[in-house]
Amino acid sequence: MITVNGFNYYDYEPERKLSLWLREDLSLTGTKIGCDIGVCGSCTVLVNGEPKLSCRLKLKDVENCNIITIEGITLPDGTLHPVQQAFIDAGAIQCGFCTPGMVLTAYALLNKNPHPTRQEVRLAIRGNLCRCTGYQQIIDAVMLAADRLSSN
Amino acid sequence: MEKAFRNDAYAKVTGQAIYTDDLKLHDMLYAVPVYSELPRAKLISLDGSAALKQSGVVAIITAKDIPGNIRYGQIIKDYPILVDEDINSTGDVLALIVAHTREQAIAAVPFIKIELQPLKPILDPEEAMKPDAEILHPFHGSNLTNYHRVRRGDVAAAEKEADLIIEEEFSTPRVEHSYLEPESAICHLRPDGVMEVFGSMQHPFSTRRFVASTLGVELKDVEVKPLTCGGGFGGKDDTAALVCARAALCAWILKKPIKITYSREWSMRESYKRHPYKMQYRMGLNKEGQILSVKARIVADGGAYCSVTPWVTWRSTVQSCGCYEVPNVETDVYGVYTNNVFCGAMRGFGSPQINFAIEQLVEIAAEKLGMDEITFRRKNMVKQGSTTITGQVLDNHIVSLTQVLNTVLKESDYENKRKLCSLGNPNQKEWYGIGLAISYRGVSLGAEGTDVNSAIIYVQPDGSTLLETGVFENGQGAESAMILIASEQLGLPLERIRYRMPSTSNIPDGGSTVASRGTIMGGGAVVNAAIILKRIITETIQKITGKSVAYLKDSKLLDSSDNLIMSWNEAIKLCYDNQVYPYAFGVFQPPQISWDEETGQGNAYFTWVYGCQAVELKVNPQTGAVELLNMIAAHDIGKVINPYALKGQYYGGMAIGAGYALFENCPCENGLVVPTNFHNYRPPRSINLPEMKAIFIENPDPISPSGAKGIGEPANEIMAPAIANAIYHATGKRYHSLPIRIKI
Repeated sequence: MITVNGFNYYDYEPERKLSLWLREDLSLTGTKIGCDIGVCGSCTVLVNGEPKLSCRLKLKDVENCNIITIEGITLPDGTLHPVQQAFIDAGAIQCGFCTPGMVLTAYALLNKNPHPTRQEVRLAIRGNLCRCTGYQQIIDAVMLAADRLSSN
Repeated sequence: MEKAFRNDAYAKVTGQAIYTDDLKLHDMLYAVPVYSELPRAKLISLDGSAALKQSGVVAIITAKDIPGNIRYGQIIKDYPILVDEDINSTGDVLALIVAHTREQAIAAVPFIKIELQPLKPILDPEEAMKPDAEILHPFHGSNLTNYHRVRRGDVAAAEKEADLIIEEEFSTPRVEHSYLEPESAICHLRPDGVMEVFGSMQHPFSTRRFVASTLGVELKDVEVKPLTCGGGFGGKDDTAALVCARAALCAWILKKPIKITYSREWSMRESYKRHPYKMQYRMGLNKEGQILSVKARIVADGGAYCSVTPWVTWRSTVQSCGCYEVPNVETDVYGVYTNNVFCGAMRGFGSPQINFAIEQLVEIAAEKLGMDEITFRRKNMVKQGSTTITGQVLDNHIVSLTQVLNTVLKESDYENKRKLCSLGNPNQKEWYGIGLAISYRGVSLGAEGTDVNSAIIYVQPDGSTLLETGVFENGQGAESAMILIASEQLGLPLERIRYRMPSTSNIPDGGSTVASRGTIMGGGAVVNAAIILKRIITETIQKITGKSVAYLKDSKLLDSSDNLIMSWNEAIKLCYDNQVYPYAFGVFQPPQISWDEETGQGNAYFTWVYGCQAVELKVNPQTGAVELLNMIAAHDIGKVINPYALKGQYYGGMAIGAGYALFENCPCENGLVVPTNFHNYRPPRSINLPEMKAIFIENPDPISPSGAKGIGEPANEIMAPAIANAIYHATGKRYHSLPIRIKI
C-alpha cells in the first residue's frame, strides 16, 4: 500500500518510477520532471515528511509510506498552506517549474526547524535548482512563512 | 506588508498550472527524436523496419514524410526539421519514432539502422573563416552567417596621437539557458483542418511559421496556444518551434494527437546556446585618460545553424565599446558557421560577452594610466547629449549612467571598501575584493526586426474586462505587468481584469517576447488601447448624458471637479445599450531606427537603459575558491510597474551573471555538447549565491507610453565583469576567459 495525499493505493507496479506514477497514473502533475536523474529537485515530494526526489524512487521503495505531493498541502476548499501563501506574497514565483519542489522542501524544513536563519534556508533548498529568481525571494518567502507560522 | 501580484501565482504554487507535458489528449501518441552521432556527414540510409517491430511503435517519420519545406529558420532557412541528406550537427534529428508511450518510443531508438558517410567537421570558427575552408552550407555560399562593422573617425590617426595603446584578448564560453522545463509540444489536427499546437515557447508566432512551413499550409491553418512556460531566458525560440513542428508533422501524418517532451539530455544536446566569443581589443588613450580609439575583432561561433546569430552579433557590434564615448572606432564582428551545436538568443543577447571584455579593459587602461577606475569611467562614459559609436545622439531620454553609478558606489560603500582589497597580498589568509561594472543597452530589437506590438481590451457587459497583448508569459510576469498597466489606465481594480488565454489566432504577431521588450512594447500597446477605450466610453457618455468625463478612477467616471458622473459598470451598460462596444485594439509603434550596414552608423535603438552592478567576494589563497559575499544592482528601468516581479528580474539576472562568471561552461567535443544534464552542467545553486540588493532608478521614458523600459537583460549583462574586476582586486590577477578558474 502507498498513501498519497491521504488516499490509499494498492494496485501498482513495484518497478514503476514514483515520479511517473504520480504524473501519468494519478494525474498529480504538480510534481515536475526537470532532469530525471535526481539533481534538480523539481520532482521533490514528501515521503513520511522527508523531502525526496521522486524521479530516483521506485514504487517498491515507498511501500507503506505516506506521500504528500504539492496537491496535498492545499486544503480541500483551496485554502493555501502558509508556506504557499508566503511564496505568493514574497514574489518567489516566476516560471513556477521549481515552485512545487521548493514549497515542499520549505514545508519540510519548517516542520523540523520553525525558526531557520537565512543561511539555514539556503542550505535546505540547495538541492532545488531555480534559474529565475536567484533564490533571494524564495528565501524571503520561507522566512515570511516561518514568521507567520510562529505567530499563529 | 505590500504583497506581490501575479495572476498565475495561485496556479503555480498549488501545482495546478498546466505545463505542456502535464496535458494529455485522448488517443495521444508520443514521439522521440533519433540523433546523428556525427557532427558532419551524409545520411546514406535510414532503416526503421526493425524499430517498427518493437512493442508499441506506430511509425517512423523521416524527412521524406515532410509535406512542406524540409528547412526553416528565422533568418536563413538552413535548419532541417528532419535531416534529408546533409548532417551538420550532433543535434540533427534524423527520424522520429512514434509509439503508444514515450518509454516504448525511447526503447526503439537503438533499433534504427543508420548509415552515414562521415565528412570532416569544422569545429573552430577561425578554421571556418579561412578562404580555403569547405563551405558547410553550399546554398548560403559562405561560412559567415554575417559580418557587421562600425567605422567611425580614423583609428590609425588616433593611434598615432595616443600616449598609450593597450591590446587584450578575451573569450567567453558557450552556455546553456537551463530553463527548468525541457522543451515540450502537443499537436493535433482539429476536425476543421487547423493544426492546433500547445507548447512551451517565447514566440508563438515564430512557432506558427515553423509549423506552417513544415506542413506546407497557410498561417491561418495553424493555431498556436502557448501553455505555462517553465522558463525561457531567450532559449525557447528556435528549438521550441522545431519540437512543435516535428510534433505537428507526426500529427499531420498519423491523424492522432502527438506529444514530444524532451529529456534534459536531448535538450542539452540539441538546443541552442549562448555564443562563445573571441574578442581582440586594441584601445588608444591619451595620458589625461581619454579613450581615443578602439579597434575590435570579434568572432562568434554560431554553430551549425544561423538562428538569430546576425542579430545577436549586431547588438555586440553596436555596443562593442561599452557605454563609452569613443571618437575613432573600427569594429569587425563575424558570425560563423561551424559543426558545433548552434547558438542563438540568450538573455543578454550579445552584450554579456562584450561587457566582460570592455568592463575589464577600462580598468586595465585606468590602472596603466595611474587613474582610479571610477574616475576613468566618469571621464569616458556617455552623458546627456553624448554621441554613441554609431553616431546616435543620446538626447531623447535621460542618460542616467552617472545616477546608477553613484547609487551603487554609495550603497556598496565602494570607495572605502576598494581600499581594503587584497590584490593578492601573500600575508593575508583570505583575499577580499569588490568590483563593479556599468553598461548601457539599446532597448528592444533595434535593427533585429520589426518592432511593433498590440493589445486588445474588451470590456464585458458586466464591466469586467478581458485583456490580451502580443507579448507572452515566459515566467517573468508579463501578463501581470500588462494587467497592472491596464488597471492603472482604466482606474479598475486588478481583480476585474483577466488576461485571456493567448492564441496566435486572436491577436497580431507582436514579435518575440525577448530583448527585454515585453513591458515597454506590450505595455505601450496596453496604454494606447486604454486611450482608445476611454475615448469610446467618454464619447458615448458625453453623447447620452451631455456630461464630460475627465477621469476614470476607482471604478468611477469623474468630471473635472472630481464629481461622480456614474460608475464604471453603469457606463459600460450604457455603451452596450447604445450599440457601442467597449472594445479597443491598441498598437504601439516605437520610432523607426536607422542603420547603415556599410559604416555601422545610425540611430541603432529608439531608447537606452543604464545600469551598474557591484559585488563583494572572498578568495581562498590556498584553493582559489571564490565566495560571493553580496551583489547589488541599480538600473534605470524607466518606471516601476510590478515591484516584486521587477526585483525578481534583478536577482535572477545577477544570478545568471554569476553563473556565467564562475560556474557555467558548455564545451563541445567533436561537435557534441559535453555536459548532458545538471550534474555536469552547473547553474548556480542557493549555496553558491549571496544576498542581493535591487535598487530602482526611475526616469520615465518619453517614448514609452507606460514610462517603463526593460530589465530582463540589463540585469544579466554586467555581473560577470563585476566579478572579474572584484577577483582582480582580490587576487591581483586578471582573468581573460570565463568561467573564471583561479590558478594559485
